[in-house]
Amino acid sequence: MDNNKNWIDQRFPLSKVWNEHLAEYYTPRTFNFWYFFGSLAMLVLVMQIVTGIFLTMHFKPDETNAFASVEYIMRDVNWGWLMRYMHSTGASAFFIVIYLHMYRALLYGSYKAPRELIWILGMALYIALMAEAFMGYVLPWGQMSYWGAQVIISLFGSVPFIGTDLLIWILGDYAVGDPALNRFFSLHVIALPLILVVLVFLHIVALHTVGSNNPDGIEIKKNKDKNGIPKDGIPFHPYYSVKDIVGVVVFLMIFSAVVFFSPALNGYFLEQANFVEANPLKTPDHIAPLWYLTPFYSVLRAVPPMFGSQFPGVVVMFSALLILIALPWLDRSKVNSIRYRSWPYKVALGIFVVSFIVLGWLGMQPVTPVYVFLAKFFTIAYFAFFILMPWFSTIGKTKPVPQRLTE
Amino acid sequence: MKKISSTTVLILASLLVSFNAPASNNGIRLDSANTDINNQKSLQNGAKLFMNYCSGCHSISFMRYNRIGKDLGFSNADVEKHLMFNANKIGERVISSMSKTGAVKWFGLSPPDLSLVARSKGTDWIYTYLRSFYKDKSRPFGVNNKILQNVSMPDVLWELKQNKSSADFDQTVRDITNFLDYVGEPAKLVRFQLGYKVLGFLSILLVFSYLLKKEYWKDVKYGKWRAKD
Repeated sequence: MDNNKNWIDQRFPLSKVWNEHLAEYYTPRTFNFWYFFGSLAMLVLVMQIVTGIFLTMHFKPDETNAFASVEYIMRDVNWGWLMRYMHSTGASAFFIVIYLHMYRALLYGSYKAPRELIWILGMALYIALMAEAFMGYVLPWGQMSYWGAQVIISLFGSVPFIGTDLLIWILGDYAVGDPALNRFFSLHVIALPLILVVLVFLHIVALHTVGSNNPDGIEIKKNKDKNGIPKDGIPFHPYYSVKDIVGVVVFLMIFSAVVFFSPALNGYFLEQANFVEANPLKTPDHIAPLWYLTPFYSVLRAVPPMFGSQFPGVVVMFSALLILIALPWLDRSKVNSIRYRSWPYKVALGIFVVSFIVLGWLGMQPVTPVYVFLAKFFTIAYFAFFILMPWFSTIGKTKPVPQRLTE
Repeated sequence: MKKISSTTVLILASLLVSFNAPASNNGIRLDSANTDINNQKSLQNGAKLFMNYCSGCHSISFMRYNRIGKDLGFSNADVEKHLMFNANKIGERVISSMSKTGAVKWFGLSPPDLSLVARSKGTDWIYTYLRSFYKDKSRPFGVNNKILQNVSMPDVLWELKQNKSSADFDQTVRDITNFLDYVGEPAKLVRFQLGYKVLGFLSILLVFSYLLKKEYWKDVKYGKWRAKD
């Protein structure tokens, strides 16, 4: 065994990588509930790739066959229904896990120096994931796939001057159709997964360079023992690998409960209208994207057309997404963790969370005057969180930050 | 801290309350179909009724005859004798024999494929729809429907409605609905049982993975892991 290991180590840094990233990667000993979601996100990514490989074996990216090929997978392919439900549930699970992962960063200031790059790479992952999910949703070619794509892609048509040409370039046609379905398939199964995997790699390399944050938001590297090991650090493996297994099992139990007992989850994970094949001649009464994109859809609908163009709404929608990247520089607080923050920050974070959830809910509802008013109100609240952050993150009295980790 | 996490969980949980917009039903409250996918008798009866009363016009093109037989406990001979009216081979899909042009001429449109109607409209909608026909002389077939106004379909079940008690007729419609629910998702017959097995396995795994974690983390508690240096 040792001989084999030496043979490999002389040719490939196996032991070195193992030690640097697992056995001797020192992590704060106080990770709580919120720290399960990084490893869970990786689990879901792997699950999506594996189930996706099997789905790709049977799916036909063709306007006339796509819808039927999904039903073929659901009925005639052995275990096809399981692969499909794992994949469709996995898409929503991915966003649940990612939103909780991002919320953790907000709670404990994990995006703050020196972890800005981890945050930016994470945001890139989030945006790539949205594109991946959107294109995947188009593939089954149901009514919502088709009309959702029509609505989202038409946004690019509102870009001044180049809009019309841009739209035709993206679609390869004048409307969503066979060319769009084919290229979305290509992007969904090759381009975006590759980008996601590379970004995950970079995200982790950046993380392991600076080390993990913790619920106290303090640097464990400031207190080292005589061997140079952080006093509050424990090796990731075996301590967090065995802890993450518990998280994985609990996650899989919830995940399986959805897959086996309610894969459509009342229309949240699979919309009823998407069980009707795409029909370009029949617009559904109510078009809404799946839940994970609805906060931004709401922001889009909150902005009225200006000068006869939807473009301002599109700009505001993308700003709502991109403004998150600036977070490390907007937050001017001296402390990182919510535990020691001043009350104005806690209130602001609460308002932000409520705004995001309400916007998400509104994005699933039909347009009514009251809902439009609410969407405008919470869009303003959403942006206020970021624009006012340089101010409210510095006011109020923070609690003293301890030198060592607290339980 | 505990406070924040519990509030967050509460907000997220409340989001899961059903919001799904019901299929358009003319503002009428749908009756609960109350079907039971595990009731094989009901599914078999539904299959027979569907083949006799519906399959003349409506296809369920994602479904094959032999699959129906296998899933619902019919022998191939039974399927060929009692269910297969429009096909030659048992592996064929259930396609109606009505021509599309003829259908448009006679009904104004070609009858929709019902493979996925239970998924797109829901079982309550089917159950209510089939029981909501009423007499209306202004319509070509003399009937109209409360939840689908000016429907092109005649009331094909009128004879059963007349000859049966209202409870029996409800059960008849329930059986058809149950069958269409199965047709919408044949995996429904197996996924629940498999789900219990998977959850059972994961529960056992949870106990052992938790004990493993606890065992390892004893070291962390007493700072023992450093002893190996």
